[in-house]
Amino acid sequence: MAEAHSKDTVDSRADDAIESLAARFPGLESSTYRGQVRVVIGAGVALEFFTHLKQLGFNQLIDVTCVDYLEYRGATRRYGLVYLLTATGTGRRLTVRLFVDDPEPAVPSISGLWRSANWLEREVWDMFGIRFIGHPDLRRLLMPEEFLAHPLRKDYPLQGRGERHNFPVLTREDG
Amino acid sequence: MAIELPENVMVSRLDELASWCRKNSLWPMPFATACCGIELMATGAAKHDLARFGAEVFRFSPRQCDLMIVAGRVVMKMLPVLQRIWLQMHEPKWCISMGACASTGGVFDTYAVVQGIDRFIPVDMYVPGCPPRPEQLIQAIIDLQDKIQREGTITGREFDTSQRQLRKRALVDVTGVLQVDAARNPVIQRELRFPRSESRLP
Repeated sequence: MAEAHSKDTVDSRADDAIESLAARFPGLESSTYRGQVRVVIGAGVALEFFTHLKQLGFNQLIDVTCVDYLEYRGATRRYGLVYLLTATGTGRRLTVRLFVDDPEPAVPSISGLWRSANWLEREVWDMFGIRFIGHPDLRRLLMPEEFLAHPLRKDYPLQGRGERHNFPVLTREDG
Repeated sequence: MAIELPENVMVSRLDELASWCRKNSLWPMPFATACCGIELMATGAAKHDLARFGAEVFRFSPRQCDLMIVAGRVVMKMLPVLQRIWLQMHEPKWCISMGACASTGGVFDTYAVVQGIDRFIPVDMYVPGCPPRPEQLIQAIIDLQDKIQREGTITGREFDTSQRQLRKRALVDVTGVLQVDAARNPVIQRELRFPRSESRLP
């Protein structure tokens, strides 16, 4: 079993995954780093792509998160979504990147494929303001419902825009 | 005219008697949100033994408490809860702001963390430290007992002085620094409409 975990084995598994995806989606941008496969897809084919991944056996969605590349050196697109997937049957892992831009960044929701996407997408909506089209219940997850901004965007000031001062002041005579 | 008192009888003022009773049976409401809460628990536990000062009866129901100890950072989502609990506590009541975060926001100078609870509720004692040692909290409770004995009245008149009703400095700063958002900020708008002490909860 020792060689099953060697670098070569992992690499060949990774190559298999890329080959099967590249055959189905021509022009797919992909890279491999130490056996970890990363593919970049466009928002247009996202739903079809993820449906295909699930058929390939990627039955677990580990995480959906986002990076704001505003003012990032060399970056051309603003928001980079990150999807981390695992096929529990084979132990394969896959990182999917999906880039969107202002204004009104939006991507298809994959909560119909993996139920764990529901809250993960709500969190990304809350923090980055990326709308997930087709999400059944796209409400804020962490911030209060009346909060207006998306605080993990890089153009949002660290100290906020006065939200933390937005409360009535109680004195002794208020009871 | 001299009145002879029987043995074991003392003469006092009613105010002082009430304050003496109150200060020796403070019932803390532990509003513990962070690591200060651990020190708060240690203060109440056997080693530091808050019972020596008559304040060991921690109650998680605000109706049964008269001393709120805010231990830890308060985020903007939590502040309405804190204010509601404060309003639910019976008079006379006091508040201890325990630790750097409750008093000033501490290192959490971010959009989500309230920069000191004294901006939104009255505070009687501040305990510095990150987190404070149990000895510091005990000192604050002793000091609060002194304060209650010194200025307490049976009708709670000491809470009605004009100095106690002063607005906190924070709101003035906010109107100065964050001009852009003043129009959208209901607190500032109410401050402008009802200056100072006329302002009330909605």
